[in-house]
Amino acid sequence: MSIDTETARRVAKLARIKVEDDALPALAQEFNDILGFIEQLNEVDVEGIEPMTSVTPMRLKRRKDGVTDGNQQDKILANAPDAREGFFAVPKVVE
Amino acid sequence: MLDLSFESPKPKVIAGAKHDWELVIGMEVHAQIATKAKLFSGASTQFGAEPNSNVAFVDAAMPGMLPVINEFCVEQAVRTGLGLKAQINLFSAFDRKNYFYPDLPQGYQISQLYHPIVGEGEVIVDMEPGIARLVRIERIHIEQDAGKSIHDMDPAMSFVDLNRTGVALMEIVSRPDIRGPEEAAAYVGKLRQILRYLGTCDGNMQNGNLRADVNVSVCRPGAYEKYQETQDFSHLGTRCEIKNMNSMRFIQAAIDVEARRQIAILESGGSVDQETRLYDPDKNETRSMRSKEEAHDYRYFPDPDLLPLEIEQEWVDGIAASLPELPDEKKARFVKDFGLSEYDASVLTAEVQNASYFEAVAGAAGDGKLAANWVINELFGRLKKDDRDITDSPVSPEQLAGIIKLIKAGDISGKIAKDVFEIVYTEGGDPAQIVEAKGLKQVTDTGAIEKAVDDVIAANPAQVEKAQQNPKLAGWFVGQVMKATGGKANPAAVNQIVMAKLGL
Repeated sequence: MSIDTETARRVAKLARIKVEDDALPALAQEFNDILGFIEQLNEVDVEGIEPMTSVTPMRLKRRKDGVTDGNQQDKILANAPDAREGFFAVPKVVE
Repeated sequence: MLDLSFESPKPKVIAGAKHDWELVIGMEVHAQIATKAKLFSGASTQFGAEPNSNVAFVDAAMPGMLPVINEFCVEQAVRTGLGLKAQINLFSAFDRKNYFYPDLPQGYQISQLYHPIVGEGEVIVDMEPGIARLVRIERIHIEQDAGKSIHDMDPAMSFVDLNRTGVALMEIVSRPDIRGPEEAAAYVGKLRQILRYLGTCDGNMQNGNLRADVNVSVCRPGAYEKYQETQDFSHLGTRCEIKNMNSMRFIQAAIDVEARRQIAILESGGSVDQETRLYDPDKNETRSMRSKEEAHDYRYFPDPDLLPLEIEQEWVDGIAASLPELPDEKKARFVKDFGLSEYDASVLTAEVQNASYFEAVAGAAGDGKLAANWVINELFGRLKKDDRDITDSPVSPEQLAGIIKLIKAGDISGKIAKDVFEIVYTEGGDPAQIVEAKGLKQVTDTGAIEKAVDDVIAANPAQVEKAQQNPKLAGWFVGQVMKATGGKANPAAVNQIVMAKLGL
């Protein structure tokens, strides 16, 4: 797999990271280096080996269905750049 | 074995300018899982709370917060899967679906793309007695809901409420087995009924607790059958997805208008673009959600915060054992055990509360058919008039059964029974005592009835003559006698005596 500048531009846009046009070729090259490095893993024969999902044999932790949290509107909104009447206020986003 | 056999309905055909077209519809229904707390946090799921009050730091995606799964959400999803006769996957896993929107603070939705908890199942969608569409379920997965954005409170700003953020949803994905707008609405209705029976979703569409994305494409007659034979999608047309509909009426209207739009494009030589569209009920049109197209690249990957969800077969078996009787089985049993028509059985099983009420009445009265008539015609009608629900019916099943028993015993006529019903409905009380106290008991004493008939005949010689020439007019005498006896005479006895006395 090879990443060209167009793909780099698209990935940056999807991730909402601003990248100037002249920085895109270098970024694409970096991607390619990383992918190339990871690609070496393909050389390992993993036939019949189950993918590892955790380094320790653990079961997914579960919680009972009970209300134990919430009612902290002030804390939730504390870091909001703009909040009004209990809502986060953000620049208009509408279809 | 109960009889659940049925025939498939004919697909809807839309006549284009050039030729006929058929519709192919698949649906993704998002059902809010009925729980107290959210999927990965301990915040409440209560609807209508103060904005941002049902929010834990996990839901607001504060740095360092980790999700812990609500076990009951998993149980509810498994219960739903079992109710849809679906395969339950003992191994499932969570993935991140990445996109940016202000009501999704994490920047991704936790969902299950690669390993859903529920696999293939099916739903029988009743269209009319004996006719139903079998819709295959492809999968059900668990995921987080997003928050709510309000766009009309300020001209320049959108307001965001995270109360719904992180509430557990089940996404129920069907195969493209639905063949018309009515079937689509009926499918959602049937799904809603089953979920309500199971208690896994309250089905409240108005609050958005049940909403549907609809995939619509059109094809020429015959093409769909080729798809069904081969499961090869190339026989079908390009589909468009209409997002987020929470009304049966809009679902039908949107499918119809979208199908016609596609037909117009195809007949003028164009091609349909696969895209996400939004239905506008005011203009009755669908339009492209262009902004969604770019973002459609969700870059799913397994959520590193969550281990795979592994459940045990014994646990699943325990849930299976606690499953209630579901609508199809209940309906078939009502038809078989109580001798009801399929239509009446459908009405009575629409909501589980109605079905329980009916069974209580039928059991106590010892007559299923009469019980069905009274529940459907009198009780439902009267409740509807007052905009009341069966759960707060002023007439208990025992009281209604009491009225029916009086009819069966010949103590009161059907007409008097309606009066007694009204008294019980408005004032309460025991039907037998009311009948006794108000002297409503039917006169079955033939002597008394004969006298009343004689009186009417003696007073109306002209009518007697007419009736003797035209026996149909005998009914007039029956009516007069009923009137004279205040409706208390046994109508069958009156009829018999009138006929005899008139020599008919």
